[in-house]
Amino acid sequence: MTDAGKAVARAGAEAYPRIVAALIRVTGDWTLAEDCAQEALTLALERWPRDGVPANPGGWLMTVARNKATDVLRRAAVERRKLAELALLTAPAREGEEVVDDRLRLIFTCCHPALALEARVALTLRTVAGVPTADIARAFLVTEPTMTRRLTRAKNKIATAGIPYRVPAGPALAERLPGVLAVLYLLFTRGYDADGEPAFAAEAIRLARLLAELMPREPEITGLLALCLLQHSRRAARRDNDGNLRPLDRQDRSRWDHAAIAEALALLPSTTGPYALQARIAACHTATPTDWPAVAGLYDQLYAQLPTPVVALNRAVAHGYAHDPAAGLRLLAEARAGGALDGYPYAVAAEAELTARAGDTTGAVALFEQAAAVAPSAPERRALLARAEELSREEEP
Amino acid sequence: MKYMMFVCTDTEPETDESRIPTIEAWVAENDAAGRRVEGSVLGAAAAATTVRVRGGELLLSDGPFAETKEVIVGFDILECADLDEAIEVARAHPMAHGGRLELRPFVDLA
Repeated sequence: MTDAGKAVARAGAEAYPRIVAALIRVTGDWTLAEDCAQEALTLALERWPRDGVPANPGGWLMTVARNKATDVLRRAAVERRKLAELALLTAPAREGEEVVDDRLRLIFTCCHPALALEARVALTLRTVAGVPTADIARAFLVTEPTMTRRLTRAKNKIATAGIPYRVPAGPALAERLPGVLAVLYLLFTRGYDADGEPAFAAEAIRLARLLAELMPREPEITGLLALCLLQHSRRAARRDNDGNLRPLDRQDRSRWDHAAIAEALALLPSTTGPYALQARIAACHTATPTDWPAVAGLYDQLYAQLPTPVVALNRAVAHGYAHDPAAGLRLLAEARAGGALDGYPYAVAAEAELTARAGDTTGAVALFEQAAAVAPSAPERRALLARAEELSREEEP
Repeated sequence: MKYMMFVCTDTEPETDESRIPTIEAWVAENDAAGRRVEGSVLGAAAAATTVRVRGGELLLSDGPFAETKEVIVGFDILECADLDEAIEVARAHPMAHGGRLELRPFVDLA
Protein backbone atom coordinates (compact mmCIF):
# COMPACT_ATOMS: atom_id res chain seq x y z
CA MET A 1 0.00 0.00 0.00
CA THR A 2 1.27 3.51 -0.74
CA ASP A 3 1.92 5.95 2.09
CA ALA A 4 -1.14 7.95 1.05
CA GLY A 5 -3.19 4.75 0.94
CA LYS A 6 -2.03 3.91 4.46
CA ALA A 7 -2.88 7.41 5.61
CA VAL A 8 -6.41 7.02 4.22
CA ALA A 9 -6.83 3.66 5.97
CA ARG A 10 -5.56 5.07 9.27
CA ALA A 11 -7.57 8.30 9.13
CA GLY A 12 -10.61 6.39 7.90
CA ALA A 13 -10.57 3.93 10.79
CA GLU A 14 -10.47 6.81 13.24
CA ALA A 15 -12.78 9.24 11.43
CA TYR A 16 -15.44 6.90 10.02
CA PRO A 17 -17.52 6.38 13.19
CA ARG A 18 -17.20 10.07 14.09
CA ILE A 19 -18.49 11.14 10.68
CA VAL A 20 -21.31 8.60 10.51
CA ALA A 21 -22.38 9.32 14.09
CA ALA A 22 -22.41 13.09 13.61
CA LEU A 23 -24.27 12.93 10.29
CA ILE A 24 -26.91 10.60 11.74
CA ARG A 25 -27.44 12.95 14.65
CA VAL A 26 -28.00 15.92 12.38
CA THR A 27 -29.83 14.31 9.44
CA GLY A 28 -31.43 11.26 11.07
CA ASP A 29 -30.62 9.41 7.85
CA TRP A 30 -28.41 6.34 8.41
CA THR A 31 -27.90 5.46 4.77
CA LEU A 32 -27.03 9.02 3.80
CA ALA A 33 -24.51 9.18 6.65
CA GLU A 34 -22.79 5.95 5.57
CA ASP A 35 -22.78 6.89 1.89
CA CYS A 36 -21.23 10.29 2.56
CA ALA A 37 -18.55 8.86 4.87
CA GLN A 38 -17.74 6.25 2.23
CA GLU A 39 -17.56 8.85 -0.53
CA ALA A 40 -15.18 10.95 1.53
CA LEU A 41 -12.85 7.93 1.87
CA THR A 42 -13.07 7.23 -1.86
CA LEU A 43 -12.21 10.82 -2.68
CA ALA A 44 -9.27 10.72 -0.25
CA LEU A 45 -7.89 7.64 -2.03
CA GLU A 46 -8.05 9.61 -5.27
CA ARG A 47 -6.71 12.94 -4.02
CA TRP A 48 -4.18 12.25 -1.29
CA PRO A 49 -1.71 10.30 -3.46
CA ARG A 50 -1.78 13.20 -5.93
CA ASP A 51 -2.03 16.26 -3.65
CA GLY A 52 -0.42 14.89 -0.47
CA VAL A 53 -2.00 14.00 2.85
CA PRO A 54 -3.72 17.00 4.45
CA ALA A 55 -2.50 18.31 7.81
CA ASN A 56 -5.70 17.25 9.56
CA PRO A 57 -6.84 14.09 7.70
CA GLY A 58 -9.87 13.49 9.95
CA GLY A 59 -11.02 17.07 9.55
CA TRP A 60 -10.60 16.84 5.77
CA LEU A 61 -12.75 13.70 5.65
CA MET A 62 -15.42 15.22 7.90
CA THR A 63 -15.60 18.36 5.76
CA VAL A 64 -15.92 16.39 2.51
CA ALA A 65 -18.60 14.11 4.00
CA ARG A 66 -20.50 17.08 5.40
CA ASN A 67 -20.41 18.87 2.04
CA LYS A 68 -21.71 15.75 0.28
CA ALA A 69 -24.55 15.49 2.79
CA THR A 70 -25.36 19.17 2.32
CA ASP A 71 -25.52 18.70 -1.46
CA VAL A 72 -27.85 15.72 -1.19
CA LEU A 73 -30.14 17.42 1.30
CA ARG A 74 -30.20 20.65 -0.70
CA ARG A 75 -31.29 18.74 -3.75
CA ALA A 76 -33.98 17.07 -1.65
CA ALA A 77 -35.04 20.52 -0.38
CA VAL A 78 -34.63 19.59 3.26
CA GLU A 79 -35.49 22.15 5.84
CA ARG A 80 -33.10 24.96 6.62
CA ARG A 81 -32.54 23.86 10.22
CA LYS A 82 -30.75 20.66 9.25
CA LEU A 83 -28.59 22.48 6.72
CA ALA A 84 -27.65 25.05 9.34
CA GLU A 85 -26.70 22.30 11.79
CA LEU A 86 -24.66 20.55 9.11
CA ALA A 87 -22.74 23.75 8.46
CA LEU A 88 -21.78 23.76 12.14
CA LEU A 89 -20.10 20.35 11.94
CA THR A 90 -16.41 21.11 12.10
CA ALA A 91 -13.21 19.13 12.12
CA PRO A 92 -13.05 16.48 14.85
CA ALA A 93 -9.95 18.04 16.43
CA ARG A 94 -11.97 21.10 17.41
CA GLU A 95 -15.17 19.38 18.33
CA GLY A 96 -14.44 17.94 21.74
CA GLU A 97 -17.18 16.39 23.82
CA GLU A 98 -19.97 16.64 21.28
CA VAL A 99 -18.42 14.18 18.84
CA VAL A 100 -17.45 11.79 21.61
CA ASP A 101 -21.12 11.66 22.53
CA ASP A 102 -22.10 11.07 18.92
CA ARG A 103 -20.04 7.91 18.64
CA LEU A 104 -21.36 6.61 21.93
CA ARG A 105 -24.91 7.36 20.81
CA LEU A 106 -24.26 5.39 17.65
CA ILE A 107 -22.95 2.36 19.55
CA PHE A 108 -25.89 2.29 21.97
CA THR A 109 -28.40 2.71 19.17
CA CYS A 110 -26.86 -0.08 17.06
CA CYS A 111 -26.95 -2.34 20.15
CA HIS A 112 -30.54 -1.51 21.16
CA PRO A 113 -32.24 -4.60 22.59
CA ALA A 114 -35.36 -4.03 20.44
CA LEU A 115 -33.21 -5.17 17.48
CA ALA A 116 -32.45 -8.85 16.91
CA LEU A 117 -29.02 -9.84 18.26
CA GLU A 118 -27.60 -10.72 14.83
CA ALA A 119 -28.87 -7.41 13.47
CA ARG A 120 -27.12 -5.59 16.34
CA VAL A 121 -23.80 -7.26 15.55
CA ALA A 122 -24.13 -6.63 11.82
CA LEU A 123 -25.23 -3.03 12.25
CA THR A 124 -22.38 -2.29 14.67
CA LEU A 125 -19.89 -3.74 12.20
CA ARG A 126 -21.32 -1.82 9.28
CA THR A 127 -22.06 1.52 10.88
CA VAL A 128 -19.59 1.94 13.73
CA ALA A 129 -16.68 -0.04 12.33
CA GLY A 130 -17.33 0.68 8.64
CA VAL A 131 -16.85 -2.97 7.61
CA PRO A 132 -18.09 -3.56 4.03
CA THR A 133 -21.44 -5.36 3.79
CA ALA A 134 -19.86 -8.13 1.67
CA ASP A 135 -17.42 -9.03 4.50
CA ILE A 136 -20.21 -9.08 7.09
CA ALA A 137 -22.31 -11.29 4.81
CA ARG A 138 -19.43 -13.75 4.49
CA ALA A 139 -19.00 -13.98 8.26
CA PHE A 140 -22.74 -14.61 8.74
CA LEU A 141 -22.76 -17.15 5.89
CA VAL A 142 -25.40 -15.30 3.88
CA THR A 143 -25.30 -13.60 0.50
CA GLU A 144 -24.56 -9.90 0.22
CA PRO A 145 -28.12 -8.96 -0.91
CA THR A 146 -29.51 -10.85 2.11
CA MET A 147 -27.20 -8.96 4.47
CA THR A 148 -28.08 -5.68 2.77
CA ARG A 149 -31.78 -6.45 3.36
CA ARG A 150 -31.11 -7.31 7.03
CA LEU A 151 -29.22 -4.08 7.58
CA THR A 152 -31.96 -2.09 5.84
CA ARG A 153 -34.62 -3.77 7.96
CA ALA A 154 -32.71 -2.90 11.13
CA LYS A 155 -32.27 0.72 10.07
CA ASN A 156 -35.95 0.93 9.14
CA LYS A 157 -36.93 -0.41 12.52
CA ILE A 158 -34.81 2.22 14.25
CA ALA A 159 -36.66 4.90 12.30
CA THR A 160 -40.22 3.57 12.41
CA ALA A 161 -40.27 2.12 15.93
CA GLY A 162 -38.79 5.30 17.38
CA ILE A 163 -35.59 3.79 18.78
CA PRO A 164 -33.88 6.86 20.24
CA TYR A 165 -30.45 8.02 19.11
CA ARG A 166 -29.00 8.46 22.54
CA VAL A 167 -27.01 6.99 25.38
CA PRO A 168 -29.39 5.93 28.13
CA ALA A 169 -28.95 7.70 31.46
CA GLY A 170 -29.24 6.65 35.10
CA PRO A 171 -30.45 3.14 35.89
CA ALA A 172 -31.23 2.51 32.20
CA LEU A 173 -27.50 2.75 31.43
CA ALA A 174 -26.63 -0.04 33.86
CA GLU A 175 -29.39 -2.11 32.29
CA ARG A 176 -28.25 -1.52 28.72
CA LEU A 177 -24.47 -1.61 29.01
CA PRO A 178 -24.23 -5.42 29.36
CA GLY A 179 -26.11 -5.74 26.06
CA VAL A 180 -23.58 -3.49 24.33
CA LEU A 181 -20.69 -5.46 25.82
CA ALA A 182 -22.32 -8.73 24.74
CA VAL A 183 -22.43 -7.49 21.13
CA LEU A 184 -18.75 -6.52 21.23
CA TYR A 185 -17.75 -9.84 22.80
CA LEU A 186 -19.78 -11.80 20.25
CA LEU A 187 -18.02 -9.81 17.55
CA PHE A 188 -14.68 -10.70 19.14
CA THR A 189 -15.41 -14.41 19.41
CA ARG A 190 -16.62 -14.50 15.80
CA GLY A 191 -13.22 -13.26 14.81
CA TYR A 192 -11.38 -15.47 17.27
CA ASP A 193 -12.93 -18.83 16.40
CA ALA A 194 -10.91 -21.12 14.20
CA ASP A 195 -12.93 -20.35 11.08
CA GLY A 196 -13.93 -16.81 12.03
CA GLU A 197 -13.19 -13.56 10.28
CA PRO A 198 -9.88 -12.62 11.97
CA ALA A 199 -10.36 -8.90 11.26
CA PHE A 200 -13.48 -8.90 13.46
CA ALA A 201 -11.43 -9.68 16.58
CA ALA A 202 -9.25 -6.63 15.92
CA GLU A 203 -12.38 -4.59 15.16
CA ALA A 204 -13.98 -5.65 18.45
CA ILE A 205 -10.84 -4.62 20.34
CA ARG A 206 -10.85 -1.26 18.59
CA LEU A 207 -14.52 -0.71 19.55
CA ALA A 208 -13.94 -1.84 23.14
CA ARG A 209 -11.02 0.58 23.34
CA LEU A 210 -13.22 3.36 22.02
CA LEU A 211 -15.94 2.51 24.53
CA ALA A 212 -13.39 2.41 27.37
CA GLU A 213 -12.12 5.81 26.32
CA LEU A 214 -15.64 7.24 26.16
CA MET A 215 -16.85 5.69 29.43
CA PRO A 216 -13.68 5.42 31.55
CA ARG A 217 -15.41 4.73 34.83
CA GLU A 218 -17.05 1.44 33.84
CA PRO A 219 -14.88 -1.48 35.05
CA GLU A 220 -16.86 -3.96 32.96
CA ILE A 221 -15.76 -2.15 29.81
CA THR A 222 -12.09 -2.20 30.81
CA GLY A 223 -12.66 -5.82 31.84
CA LEU A 224 -13.96 -6.69 28.38
CA LEU A 225 -11.11 -4.84 26.70
CA ALA A 226 -8.51 -6.60 28.87
CA LEU A 227 -10.17 -9.97 28.24
CA CYS A 228 -10.14 -9.50 24.46
CA LEU A 229 -6.53 -8.25 24.50
CA LEU A 230 -5.37 -11.24 26.54
CA GLN A 231 -7.11 -13.78 24.33
CA HIS A 232 -5.96 -12.00 21.19
CA SER A 233 -2.35 -11.82 22.45
CA ARG A 234 -2.09 -15.57 21.98
CA ARG A 235 -3.37 -15.64 18.39
CA ALA A 236 0.04 -16.37 16.84
CA ALA A 237 0.75 -19.16 19.33
CA ARG A 238 -2.56 -21.01 19.14
CA ARG A 239 -1.34 -23.09 16.24
CA ASP A 240 2.11 -24.53 15.60
CA ASN A 241 3.83 -24.38 12.22
CA ASP A 242 1.84 -27.41 11.02
CA GLY A 243 -1.47 -25.73 11.81
CA ASN A 244 -2.11 -27.90 14.89
CA LEU A 245 -3.84 -26.29 17.84
CA ARG A 246 -1.65 -25.87 20.91
CA PRO A 247 -3.31 -25.82 24.32
CA LEU A 248 -2.37 -22.90 26.53
CA ASP A 249 0.22 -24.76 28.60
CA ARG A 250 2.04 -25.97 25.49
CA GLN A 251 2.22 -22.74 23.54
CA ASP A 252 5.46 -21.09 22.53
CA ARG A 253 5.24 -18.05 24.78
CA SER A 254 7.71 -16.10 22.71
CA ARG A 255 4.95 -15.91 20.08
CA TRP A 256 2.56 -14.17 22.45
CA ASP A 257 1.92 -10.49 21.85
CA HIS A 258 3.60 -9.17 24.99
CA ALA A 259 2.68 -5.54 24.31
CA ALA A 260 -1.02 -6.50 24.29
CA ILE A 261 -0.55 -8.48 27.51
CA ALA A 262 1.15 -5.54 29.21
CA GLU A 263 -1.69 -3.25 28.11
CA ALA A 264 -4.28 -5.70 29.43
CA LEU A 265 -2.53 -6.19 32.77
CA ALA A 266 -2.35 -2.42 33.26
CA LEU A 267 -6.09 -2.16 32.56
CA LEU A 268 -7.11 -5.13 34.68
CA PRO A 269 -9.95 -4.14 37.05
CA SER A 270 -10.16 -5.59 40.55
CA THR A 271 -13.96 -5.69 40.39
CA THR A 272 -16.14 -8.78 40.23
CA GLY A 273 -18.43 -8.23 37.23
CA PRO A 274 -18.52 -11.09 34.70
CA TYR A 275 -16.07 -9.51 32.20
CA ALA A 276 -13.71 -8.30 34.93
CA LEU A 277 -13.60 -11.83 36.39
CA GLN A 278 -12.99 -13.43 32.99
CA ALA A 279 -10.20 -10.93 32.31
CA ARG A 280 -8.63 -11.68 35.70
CA ILE A 281 -8.77 -15.41 34.91
CA ALA A 282 -7.15 -14.82 31.52
CA ALA A 283 -4.48 -12.72 33.26
CA CYS A 284 -3.65 -15.62 35.62
CA HIS A 285 -2.92 -17.74 32.54
CA THR A 286 -0.16 -15.38 31.40
CA ALA A 287 1.97 -16.19 34.46
CA THR A 288 4.23 -19.24 34.83
CA PRO A 289 3.29 -21.33 36.62
CA THR A 290 -0.44 -20.56 36.53
CA ASP A 291 -1.83 -19.76 39.96
CA TRP A 292 -4.55 -22.42 39.78
CA PRO A 293 -5.99 -21.82 43.28
CA ALA A 294 -6.55 -18.16 42.26
CA VAL A 295 -8.17 -19.26 38.98
CA ALA A 296 -10.43 -21.68 40.84
CA GLY A 297 -11.49 -18.92 43.26
CA LEU A 298 -12.28 -16.55 40.39
CA TYR A 299 -14.31 -19.26 38.64
CA ASP A 300 -16.29 -19.77 41.86
CA GLN A 301 -17.21 -16.07 41.79
CA LEU A 302 -18.00 -16.17 38.08
CA TYR A 303 -20.15 -19.28 38.47
CA ALA A 304 -22.17 -17.55 41.20
CA GLN A 305 -23.18 -14.90 38.63
CA LEU A 306 -23.15 -16.89 35.41
CA PRO A 307 -24.15 -20.45 36.26
CA THR A 308 -23.88 -21.71 32.68
CA PRO A 309 -22.74 -25.27 31.88
CA VAL A 310 -19.57 -23.98 30.17
CA VAL A 311 -18.55 -21.89 33.20
CA ALA A 312 -19.27 -24.95 35.38
CA LEU A 313 -16.97 -27.01 33.15
CA ASN A 314 -14.10 -24.52 33.35
CA ARG A 315 -14.60 -24.21 37.09
CA ALA A 316 -14.33 -27.99 37.44
CA VAL A 317 -11.07 -28.04 35.47
CA ALA A 318 -9.62 -25.18 37.55
CA HIS A 319 -10.45 -26.98 40.79
CA GLY A 320 -8.97 -30.18 39.39
CA TYR A 321 -5.69 -28.41 38.58
CA ALA A 322 -5.66 -26.34 41.77
CA HIS A 323 -6.42 -28.96 44.35
CA ASP A 324 -7.00 -32.53 43.44
CA PRO A 325 -8.05 -34.08 40.12
CA ALA A 326 -10.70 -36.16 41.86
CA ALA A 327 -12.42 -32.99 43.13
CA GLY A 328 -12.34 -31.63 39.57
CA LEU A 329 -13.86 -34.84 38.21
CA ARG A 330 -16.63 -34.64 40.82
CA LEU A 331 -17.44 -31.03 39.84
CA LEU A 332 -17.28 -32.02 36.18
CA ALA A 333 -19.80 -34.82 36.77
CA GLU A 334 -22.09 -32.25 38.43
CA ALA A 335 -21.68 -29.86 35.49
CA ARG A 336 -22.62 -32.62 33.06
CA ALA A 337 -25.57 -33.87 35.09
CA GLY A 338 -28.80 -33.95 33.16
CA GLY A 339 -26.96 -33.87 29.83
CA ALA A 340 -26.21 -30.14 30.11
CA LEU A 341 -22.92 -30.48 28.21
CA ASP A 342 -23.84 -33.31 25.85
CA GLY A 343 -23.46 -31.20 22.74
CA TYR A 344 -20.27 -29.55 23.96
CA PRO A 345 -17.19 -31.23 22.48
CA TYR A 346 -14.72 -29.93 25.10
CA ALA A 347 -16.42 -31.70 28.04
CA VAL A 348 -14.87 -35.05 27.12
CA ALA A 349 -11.46 -33.44 26.57
CA ALA A 350 -11.66 -31.88 30.04
CA GLU A 351 -12.55 -35.23 31.58
CA ALA A 352 -9.64 -36.82 29.71
CA GLU A 353 -7.14 -34.27 31.03
CA LEU A 354 -8.39 -34.58 34.63
CA THR A 355 -8.33 -38.38 34.38
CA ALA A 356 -4.71 -38.23 33.19
CA ARG A 357 -3.82 -36.02 36.15
CA ALA A 358 -5.55 -38.44 38.48
CA GLY A 359 -3.07 -41.09 37.27
CA ASP A 360 -5.50 -43.25 35.26
CA THR A 361 -3.53 -43.27 32.00
CA THR A 362 -5.51 -46.05 30.32
CA GLY A 363 -8.80 -44.32 31.05
CA ALA A 364 -7.38 -40.98 29.87
CA VAL A 365 -6.17 -42.41 26.55
CA ALA A 366 -9.61 -43.84 25.84
CA LEU A 367 -11.23 -40.49 26.73
CA PHE A 368 -8.83 -38.48 24.54
CA GLU A 369 -9.70 -40.77 21.62
CA GLN A 370 -13.39 -40.29 22.39
CA ALA A 371 -12.89 -36.49 22.56
CA ALA A 372 -11.07 -36.55 19.21
CA ALA A 373 -14.05 -38.30 17.63
CA VAL A 374 -16.34 -35.37 18.53
CA ALA A 375 -13.82 -32.55 18.01
CA PRO A 376 -15.32 -29.74 15.91
CA SER A 377 -12.27 -29.18 13.68
CA ALA A 378 -9.41 -31.17 12.19
CA PRO A 379 -6.62 -29.30 14.07
CA GLU A 380 -8.41 -29.92 17.37
CA ARG A 381 -8.85 -33.59 16.49
CA ARG A 382 -5.13 -33.90 15.73
CA ALA A 383 -4.18 -32.20 19.01
CA LEU A 384 -6.34 -34.62 21.03
CA LEU A 385 -5.02 -37.69 19.23
CA ALA A 386 -1.46 -36.47 19.78
CA ARG A 387 -2.18 -36.21 23.49
CA ALA A 388 -3.59 -39.78 23.54
CA GLU A 389 -0.49 -41.06 21.76
CA GLU A 390 1.82 -39.21 24.11
CA LEU A 391 0.09 -40.77 27.14
CA SER A 392 0.22 -44.24 25.59
CA ARG A 393 3.99 -43.85 25.14
CA GLU A 394 4.39 -42.79 28.79
CA GLU A 395 2.49 -45.87 29.83
CA GLU A 396 4.87 -48.22 28.03
CA PRO A 397 7.63 -49.45 30.32
CA MET B 1 -44.78 9.25 18.81
CA LYS B 2 -47.96 7.23 19.19
CA TYR B 3 -47.76 3.54 19.99
CA MET B 4 -50.48 0.92 20.07
CA MET B 5 -49.81 -1.36 22.99
CA PHE B 6 -51.53 -4.71 22.59
CA VAL B 7 -52.13 -6.37 25.93
CA CYS B 8 -51.93 -10.15 25.47
CA THR B 9 -52.11 -13.24 27.61
CA ASP B 10 -49.16 -15.56 27.84
CA THR B 11 -48.65 -19.18 28.75
CA GLU B 12 -45.79 -18.37 31.14
CA PRO B 13 -47.00 -15.89 33.74
CA GLU B 14 -44.77 -14.59 36.55
CA THR B 15 -45.22 -16.82 39.58
CA ASP B 16 -44.24 -14.24 42.21
CA GLU B 17 -47.50 -12.28 42.30
CA SER B 18 -46.37 -9.90 45.03
CA ARG B 19 -44.11 -8.15 42.48
CA ILE B 20 -46.94 -7.34 40.09
CA PRO B 21 -48.12 -3.71 40.11
CA THR B 22 -51.84 -2.90 40.08
CA ILE B 23 -53.61 -1.79 36.91
CA GLU B 24 -55.31 1.08 38.75
CA ALA B 25 -51.98 2.64 39.71
CA TRP B 26 -50.64 2.15 36.18
CA VAL B 27 -53.66 3.82 34.54
CA ALA B 28 -53.70 6.70 37.04
CA GLU B 29 -49.99 7.41 36.60
CA ASN B 30 -49.95 7.32 32.80
CA ASP B 31 -53.21 9.23 32.44
CA ALA B 32 -51.83 11.95 34.71
CA ALA B 33 -48.59 12.11 32.69
CA GLY B 34 -50.52 12.35 29.42
CA ARG B 35 -48.87 9.21 28.07
CA ARG B 36 -52.06 7.14 27.87
CA VAL B 37 -54.29 8.50 25.12
CA GLU B 38 -56.92 5.77 25.24
CA GLY B 39 -57.24 2.21 26.33
CA SER B 40 -59.67 -0.55 27.13
CA VAL B 41 -60.14 -4.12 28.12
CA LEU B 42 -61.51 -6.15 25.19
CA GLY B 43 -64.18 -8.83 25.24
CA ALA B 44 -63.18 -12.51 25.23
CA ALA B 45 -61.69 -14.00 22.06
CA ALA B 46 -64.89 -16.01 21.73
CA ALA B 47 -66.74 -12.73 21.17
CA ALA B 48 -64.50 -11.78 18.24
CA THR B 49 -65.80 -11.58 14.68
CA THR B 50 -63.37 -11.63 11.77
CA VAL B 51 -64.31 -9.68 8.63
CA ARG B 52 -62.95 -10.29 5.12
CA VAL B 53 -64.04 -9.37 1.63
CA ARG B 54 -63.03 -11.88 -1.04
CA GLY B 55 -64.13 -11.57 -4.65
CA GLY B 56 -66.50 -8.80 -3.65
CA GLU B 57 -68.22 -11.03 -1.15
CA LEU B 58 -68.40 -10.37 2.57
CA LEU B 59 -67.07 -13.24 4.63
CA LEU B 60 -67.58 -13.29 8.36
CA SER B 61 -66.11 -15.80 10.72
CA ASP B 62 -66.52 -16.47 14.37
CA GLY B 63 -63.48 -15.98 16.57
CA PRO B 64 -60.10 -14.21 16.30
CA PHE B 65 -58.09 -14.26 13.05
CA ALA B 66 -55.09 -15.98 14.59
CA GLU B 67 -55.42 -19.36 16.25
CA THR B 68 -52.88 -19.01 19.04
CA LYS B 69 -52.86 -19.64 22.74
CA GLU B 70 -51.99 -15.99 23.38
CA VAL B 71 -54.93 -13.66 22.79
CA ILE B 72 -55.25 -9.89 22.81
CA VAL B 73 -57.30 -8.95 25.86
CA GLY B 74 -56.89 -5.18 25.80
CA PHE B 75 -55.05 -2.25 24.31
CA ASP B 76 -53.69 1.15 25.18
CA ILE B 77 -52.70 3.94 22.88
CA LEU B 78 -49.58 5.61 24.23
CA GLU B 79 -48.07 8.98 23.42
CA CYS B 80 -44.34 8.74 24.13
CA ALA B 81 -41.17 10.52 23.08
CA ASP B 82 -39.59 7.33 21.75
CA LEU B 83 -39.48 3.55 22.07
CA ASP B 84 -37.44 3.68 25.29
CA GLU B 85 -40.17 5.68 27.01
CA ALA B 86 -42.85 3.31 25.69
CA ILE B 87 -40.85 0.34 27.00
CA GLU B 88 -40.69 1.94 30.45
CA VAL B 89 -44.48 2.44 30.42
CA ALA B 90 -45.04 -1.15 29.27
CA ARG B 91 -42.72 -2.73 31.84
CA ALA B 92 -44.71 -1.07 34.63
CA HIS B 93 -47.98 -2.64 33.38
CA PRO B 94 -49.24 -5.63 35.40
CA MET B 95 -49.67 -7.69 32.23
CA ALA B 96 -45.92 -7.44 31.58
CA HIS B 97 -45.71 -10.00 34.41
CA GLY B 98 -48.83 -12.07 33.74
CA GLY B 99 -48.88 -11.77 29.98
CA ARG B 100 -47.03 -9.90 27.27
CA LEU B 101 -47.24 -6.50 25.69
CA GLU B 102 -46.59 -5.67 22.07
CA LEU B 103 -45.63 -2.13 21.12
CA ARG B 104 -46.44 -1.05 17.57
CA PRO B 105 -45.72 2.44 16.35
CA PHE B 106 -48.44 4.38 14.54
CA VAL B 107 -47.44 5.09 10.96
CA ASP B 108 -47.54 8.77 10.16
CA LEU B 109 -49.02 8.98 6.68
CA ALA B 110 -49.01 12.76 6.59
